[in-house]
Amino acid sequence: MSCCAPDAEMALALNRSEAALPSSQEIRLASRALGGDLRQTDLSVPAVHCAACIQTIETALGKLGRVEGARVNLSTKRVSIRWRGDEVPPLVATLGRLGYDAHLFDPEADGKDKTLSELIRAVAVAGFAAGNIMLLSVSVWSGAEGATRDLFHWVSALIAIPALAFAGGIYFRSAWNALRHGRMNMDVPIAVGVSLAYAMSLYETINHGEHAYFDASVSLLFFLLIGRTLDHVMRERARTAVNGLARLAARGAMVLRDDGTRDYLPVGEIEPGMHLLIAAGERIPVDGRIVRGASDLDCSLVSGESTPRSVAPGDMMQAGVLNLTGPLSLEVTAAAKDSFLAEMVRLMEAAEGGRARYRRIADRVSALYAPVVHLTAFVTFLGWMAATGDWHRAVTIAIAVLIITCPCALGLAVPIVQVVAARRLFEAGVMVKDGSALERLAAIDTAVFDKTGTLTLGQPRLVNASSVDPAMLAIAADMAAHSRHPFSKAIAAFAVFAGQPKLEAVSEHPGLGIEATTAGSTWRLGRRGWAGWKARTGDEGKFGGHGGTVLSRNGMIVASFTFEDATRSDAKTAVRQLKDAGVSVEMLSGDIANACGEVARMLDIGSFVPALLPSGKVEHIEALTRAGHRVLMVGDGLNDTPALGAAHVSFAPATAADIGRNAADFVFLRESLLAVPLALGISRKAGQLIRQNLAIAIIYNAVAVPIAILGYVTPLIAAIAMSASSLLVIGNALRLQALGPHTQARSTAPDRRSGIDALAQSS
Amino acid sequence: MTTLAYLIPVALFLGALGLVGFLWALMSGQYEDLDGAAERILIDRDDKADQL
Repeated sequence: MSCCAPDAEMALALNRSEAALPSSQEIRLASRALGGDLRQTDLSVPAVHCAACIQTIETALGKLGRVEGARVNLSTKRVSIRWRGDEVPPLVATLGRLGYDAHLFDPEADGKDKTLSELIRAVAVAGFAAGNIMLLSVSVWSGAEGATRDLFHWVSALIAIPALAFAGGIYFRSAWNALRHGRMNMDVPIAVGVSLAYAMSLYETINHGEHAYFDASVSLLFFLLIGRTLDHVMRERARTAVNGLARLAARGAMVLRDDGTRDYLPVGEIEPGMHLLIAAGERIPVDGRIVRGASDLDCSLVSGESTPRSVAPGDMMQAGVLNLTGPLSLEVTAAAKDSFLAEMVRLMEAAEGGRARYRRIADRVSALYAPVVHLTAFVTFLGWMAATGDWHRAVTIAIAVLIITCPCALGLAVPIVQVVAARRLFEAGVMVKDGSALERLAAIDTAVFDKTGTLTLGQPRLVNASSVDPAMLAIAADMAAHSRHPFSKAIAAFAVFAGQPKLEAVSEHPGLGIEATTAGSTWRLGRRGWAGWKARTGDEGKFGGHGGTVLSRNGMIVASFTFEDATRSDAKTAVRQLKDAGVSVEMLSGDIANACGEVARMLDIGSFVPALLPSGKVEHIEALTRAGHRVLMVGDGLNDTPALGAAHVSFAPATAADIGRNAADFVFLRESLLAVPLALGISRKAGQLIRQNLAIAIIYNAVAVPIAILGYVTPLIAAIAMSASSLLVIGNALRLQALGPHTQARSTAPDRRSGIDALAQSS
Repeated sequence: MTTLAYLIPVALFLGALGLVGFLWALMSGQYEDLDGAAERILIDRDDKADQL
């Protein structure tokens, strides 16, 4: 790749290396017809990040046959390609050759972001109106009198109408929605305050009055819309980044018909009884029984087992497992909607409790705040009526109270802090789905981790390389390069040239190993029983796990290999930091007790529960919740998804299954688990700043409201007071940005050493 | 007072012109890819790759 230094977003490229590239049938299925035989395909290319990337990609794709044009969007890291004809041009392969991984993303993520463009238009209109009205207001405050003042008021009233209708519409709709469902939110006092202020000012204008609050009502909308837009942009950015990750679920599968024809069908159209062909490297889209073929399956995403499983005809397979070594033919036993994957989604929906019941701080405050404000204004009105009997004066002062208390600072106090916090996390490679996740994270007291793929990488590592004869290791590495079995990949990582003979006739025997010949010798790399067919049986079982992986020459064992599942970098530090923060740490796994015990001991985790089914994880978390704990769940597998939904707040690594990533509140893109304590620290600090901001807003009200009740507030004072309190809370929120540079330094330069703290995998 | 009669409309018209210009730019997709636009000025346009 011809690019500049990798930055934060390069971490997006972190993906399971064995994730299969989308096949051309899959791309065709995901493309959109544009009329005629023109089709458009959108691919996510996370590694794009400079002008050279744009040019390389656009030129290379543009030169392909049948491609009409390609355009890179650098902000969303996507490339959209228009092409003609029935056959898909080799788009992904071309990008791969250039050094860019390309993924398809969910089709529903297509289309433009309507809310964002509505918000930006509203900000533009409100900004235009606020600017012009403020200019006219300044003239009034500087002493415009009589007819001139009336003229300025009338012009202001006219300019304010489109601003209220268009920009205010967002708040009116939201407030109406909340009221209709019997709830209160921050938009209710805003909507009431703005519309009453406008109505009163209009009345004043008609009656040649002195004070009009057009500027207050419009600039209030302008400020609040800025906060809302920032909030939306931040969330959207996290969503696009998560969407750009590789899809791990298959979009379709090759169906073998009875008459021998082959069809590529979308997952939704696959029915029980059909026969599917699954190539090595593909994920199994639906539950099924193997009819022909043998292979090894990677079940880590589905069951949490870390060791690949060998399968033979007759075995049942669950949707979501990855076929590693040999082609399989399977008979479908359940349609996609009844498959394992769909069952996980149902379990997750059933489990969803904690977050649905959670009410955001801003909503809780406004539920108290709005009635108090409206009551104060009403009492003020009654008081002035009783004191003076002048209803016009009473109404004017009551509305001044409404305007001065209108929650400009309150409306900004929470979102501004959350936007700054989300930005800090984004820089550290952590995506936050929404602001309430930050609030919920700050409250946790228990963290529950999944084992395979979360605490560990789920990829084996060769640990006895130093004790293996280098010449044998070189041969084994050459052989291993021909297979996508995780053990082979681990061995292939040690490839060097050490004068080893050239391999001929390499063949892979699914479920057994790899065979190759050199001049005069037959080499086998694989299971002990198969590779070392001449070996004395006394040797068997000397190396416990995996049945022992060995290299043999003409049937005699010449080297044996031991593997371990490497822990994620900084897993131990992360666990310790969580404990220091007062969070108790537990581990839940679908893997066997031995493997779990090893990891727990290495990472210093006190309690763990092995061999859990997905529903078992949910029950465990619900039991913790009932005991009064607030639980954080960190997990990556399909089997963790229901637990992610059941927990108070959840984390998933970028390598997690698609539905897990969608279910989690946070997705961390880098390998380091330090993301979890970092996010916890930031969310707690953010919670503190939010409370400070709310306190500032309340103190401001405590000072301003008596002045307003006594009738001393003029439009000038209202404008100054509102702007000053808004600036104060924004300034306070920005302190989060400057906070604790040392935590950031730790997160951006993860200590890779501690990741080598591997563990003996014993199954 | 008479100066106001034309100065205010002129000021509002110019402001509205800016607003309409911004909304037009928004509609025509010029804000879709801000990072890309910043980088694209570095690319020599010797082909018509920009036509999509």
